[in-house]
Amino acid sequence: MAEPDQPEEQAPSTDTEDHAEKIPAMQSLLDNHFLLLFIGVAVPAVLYTIWGVMEVAHIPIAN
Amino acid sequence: MSNLMFRTCPETGLKVHGPAEALIKANAVVAVVFLLIGGLFGLLVALTRWQAIHLLPADLFYLALTAHGADVLVFWIIFFEVALLYFASAILLNCRLATPRIAWAAFFLMLAGAVMANVAVLQGESSVMFTSYVPMKAAPHFYLGLILFAVGTLVAVAVFFGTLVIAKQEKTYSGSVPLVTFGAVTAAIIAVYTIASGAIILIPTFLWSVGLVGEIDTLTYRIVWWGFGHSSQQINVAAQVACWYAVAALTVGAKPISEKVSRFAFLLYICFLLLASAHHLLVDPGISSEWKVFNTSYALFLAVLGSMIHGMSVPGAIEVAQRKNGFAHGVFTWLRKAPWGNPAFAGMFLSVILFGFLGGITGVIMGTEQLNIIIHNTLYVPGHFHGTVVAGTTLAFMSITYLVVPLIFRRELIFKRLAQLQPYLFGLGAMGISVFMMAAGTLGVSRRHWDMAFSDAPFSFDYPPAAFMMMGLNGMSAIVASLGGVAFIVVIVGSILFGKKRDDAFAKENPVIFQGSGATVAHHGDAGSLKIPGTTILVAVFFLSFVLYYFVNWKYLSEVWPLS
Repeated sequence: MAEPDQPEEQAPSTDTEDHAEKIPAMQSLLDNHFLLLFIGVAVPAVLYTIWGVMEVAHIPIAN
Repeated sequence: MSNLMFRTCPETGLKVHGPAEALIKANAVVAVVFLLIGGLFGLLVALTRWQAIHLLPADLFYLALTAHGADVLVFWIIFFEVALLYFASAILLNCRLATPRIAWAAFFLMLAGAVMANVAVLQGESSVMFTSYVPMKAAPHFYLGLILFAVGTLVAVAVFFGTLVIAKQEKTYSGSVPLVTFGAVTAAIIAVYTIASGAIILIPTFLWSVGLVGEIDTLTYRIVWWGFGHSSQQINVAAQVACWYAVAALTVGAKPISEKVSRFAFLLYICFLLLASAHHLLVDPGISSEWKVFNTSYALFLAVLGSMIHGMSVPGAIEVAQRKNGFAHGVFTWLRKAPWGNPAFAGMFLSVILFGFLGGITGVIMGTEQLNIIIHNTLYVPGHFHGTVVAGTTLAFMSITYLVVPLIFRRELIFKRLAQLQPYLFGLGAMGISVFMMAAGTLGVSRRHWDMAFSDAPFSFDYPPAAFMMMGLNGMSAIVASLGGVAFIVVIVGSILFGKKRDDAFAKENPVIFQGSGATVAHHGDAGSLKIPGTTILVAVFFLSFVLYYFVNWKYLSEVWPLS
């Protein structure tokens, strides 16, 4: 195990919160897990599954 | 809630809910059992595809390939991910697990389903491989097993979300959940869509197998099934990244360099990662280029952006932490002096590097519609996902297991020298499997093919001799990876059964985690520094490799279709 160099000065911690501050919209979104769940299911359901199945459904049936 | 159900971890200071701890143990143990079974089948597959050995006859080869895919791509990883979900919710949020009885019901449902599917495969009537493409038909209990497993997993995910609600209601944390928990939230969200897709396609396929449904449309099956098959590997990506942050925090005290950016990267996963399933369908007829290109070359690249953010954030966080720990001299002293003898750290860092360079870059190649055509359905595809699932996810899960054993099972690791060697052995083998499979795939070797020599085929075909050499090297790499896997199981199972009991006094005297890192992993907050010159150079090397490899593949494509 090597000896460490002189430790750098500890940077001030940034994990304290000021609850009086207005919560940014992005943080509100990221803290709303059920909204994220809706987004995470709806986006692939529409763009991948439903769009894809619709394309297959529109293939003409061979005579 | 009785305090008798909680203990306080002497090392992390976290409150540990007894029923949650028992469920974590049960899910992790079963996961490792399926890793052992699936890994054994994988070795048999690799030794069969090594033409000089060609171990199994054709029927047993496809049986082993089916069992290998199901056991390691579904059962090993999802059992382990459920353990991670319970850890990231009940333990990191200092709260009780929601409805432990229902969580046990989910566990037994998953176990029954996994055993049923394995029995169906071993009976020999369900060698339909992991994808089980219709019109190939497996025994009904193969599909039923997968459905039961999926339902059990969905219930476990519901327990996870319920635990988040309890933690919020009981105010066991303030502000946002910790980043590791947020990664688990991402994995759980992906799991919901994945399992829903599996249920949507496997229930009618089960009914078809028992004769209640006339036919299943093959194209529709492929679209919906890949929403399950590929997305199940996206659960891994989110869970493994959460593991990276957790292990980096617990081994060197690393905090993310920008937690906001890391969370945004997880949001990119939530929105776009699942759409990458489309890369399996890039040569399917009947689906428009608009659908293919949007879901891969646009959406997939946004998810890749998320992975690249994590790929910079994790080493960056380690660099900042190491510099704070006193290794501030020079550009790479922080990396040289990292705890490489700690299997948790070594496994985590190797997972980051191998996932990025092998699984990540090649995923972009496969997600580009034009380039996909030169490697589609070749061994390049399993080469890619052995880079992601084996070198990335499995190694990450192994690394965190080296912390789970002393912290959750409260047992001292045995065979510590073997444990130190294990991540390198497994990482080297996994890297070889990935690289040599992709090299063989680039030479055109088909995946899922019993005999690349076409011995009894009416029309012969000769692969270049280099392709046979690549398959031999792949087989040798599989042996190395298997030795690494066996070493992992010997150390972990041996430690759980025979390891010295770590009571509170012993744990305080012999900590396995970085001092104060329990609070680091269970709270949010940034590292507070952007001084990461070493990481910047590593990222530059990554980008250079990425660009070079991308254009090399366009060169390959130009040789397939010469223009004059």
